[in-house]
Amino acid sequence: MAFTLYALIQTAILFTNAIAVLHEERFLSKIGWGAEQGVGGFGDDPGIKAQLLNLIRSVRTVMRVPLIAVNSVCIVLLLLFG
Amino acid sequence: MMEYPNQSGFRQRKLLPQVRMRGSAMEPSDPTQLFDDTSSGVNKHEPGRVGKSPDVFSGQNLLSDPMSNLAMAYGSSLASHGKEMMDKNLDRFIPISKLKYYFAVDTVYVGKKLGLLVFPYMHDNWEVNYQQDTPVAPRFDINAPDLYIPVMGFITYVLVAGLALGTQNRFSPEILGIQASSALVWLIIEVLAVLLSLYLVTVNTDLTTIDLVAFSGYKYVGMIVGVVAGLLFGRTGYYLALLWFCASIFVFTIRTLRLKILSEAAAEGRLVRGTKNQLRMYLTMAIAAAQPVFMYWLTFHLVR
Repeated sequence: MAFTLYALIQTAILFTNAIAVLHEERFLSKIGWGAEQGVGGFGDDPGIKAQLLNLIRSVRTVMRVPLIAVNSVCIVLLLLFG
Repeated sequence: MMEYPNQSGFRQRKLLPQVRMRGSAMEPSDPTQLFDDTSSGVNKHEPGRVGKSPDVFSGQNLLSDPMSNLAMAYGSSLASHGKEMMDKNLDRFIPISKLKYYFAVDTVYVGKKLGLLVFPYMHDNWEVNYQQDTPVAPRFDINAPDLYIPVMGFITYVLVAGLALGTQNRFSPEILGIQASSALVWLIIEVLAVLLSLYLVTVNTDLTTIDLVAFSGYKYVGMIVGVVAGLLFGRTGYYLALLWFCASIFVFTIRTLRLKILSEAAAEGRLVRGTKNQLRMYLTMAIAAAQPVFMYWLTFHLVR
């Protein structure tokens, strides 16, 4: 109940890490969530599934490098301060 | 820098006009004139003196020194340059000029908006007036979102929470900070969830993030009244007040968001078939239903 801002930051980092580790070939294509399966209809309404897949793919592309930095900082801080 | 001549001019008025100032070439031209004429700004560097002896108060002579004038001018230009740079950089992250729009309120607007939050059932026109593509400032349009009420409501909620905990002997100064950050975190989570769901449903809306923060902040009003009623009248008072405000914030949120999220035709009440509109209606109702849940979640631990 007593959420702190630190807990929010931790949650955000964990969620982003979770989205970033979803592998394209090994996992997402197997369950039908691959990148090419999302770009189905080119109407004005991509649909929820297409938007979700798009979001996952873009999060993975954009956040890959910053996550490396943030995770390294987190590792160092946790090692130092427990 | 322009204030100092006024000060020295003010001090000067207390002295006799015949006293000759050091370094000053001017004296009152007219002996019957009691006050020196400082309006023309001629005596800009004139040092004012408290006493009559020439070297009692030499502190203000610093201003007449050209080197220190230069230093002050340089310092003030440096300060203004730094301030300008900081403003420019801050504006990239937090759009300050856009924030000013949300605080352009006056008392009449706040009163009417609070009345609308308490009793939204009689109001019929919920559209935001536009003025050549820009929304009108909240001062002139009661339907426009503002940030004043949410911010004030948030702060009052934290204070009332501290008060409520204090009456139960559960208070300590850290509790205020914990309550504030907890409520802030829930607000951030709610705004992020709404943004995510708006993205997923591909709604073409002009709702900005700040608008969503404003709409999510309106429930603090109901929470405050609920907690105060709980303090005054016990649990029954709390439940009654909360019930009333849950219903009113539900109706308020639905009626406000309906115009922004749904398409034109559906918003006017005509039945428009199609899964897209249905989905949007579900989304609006879900956002509105989340408000009472948050209201209860954030206050039930305060009322015993």
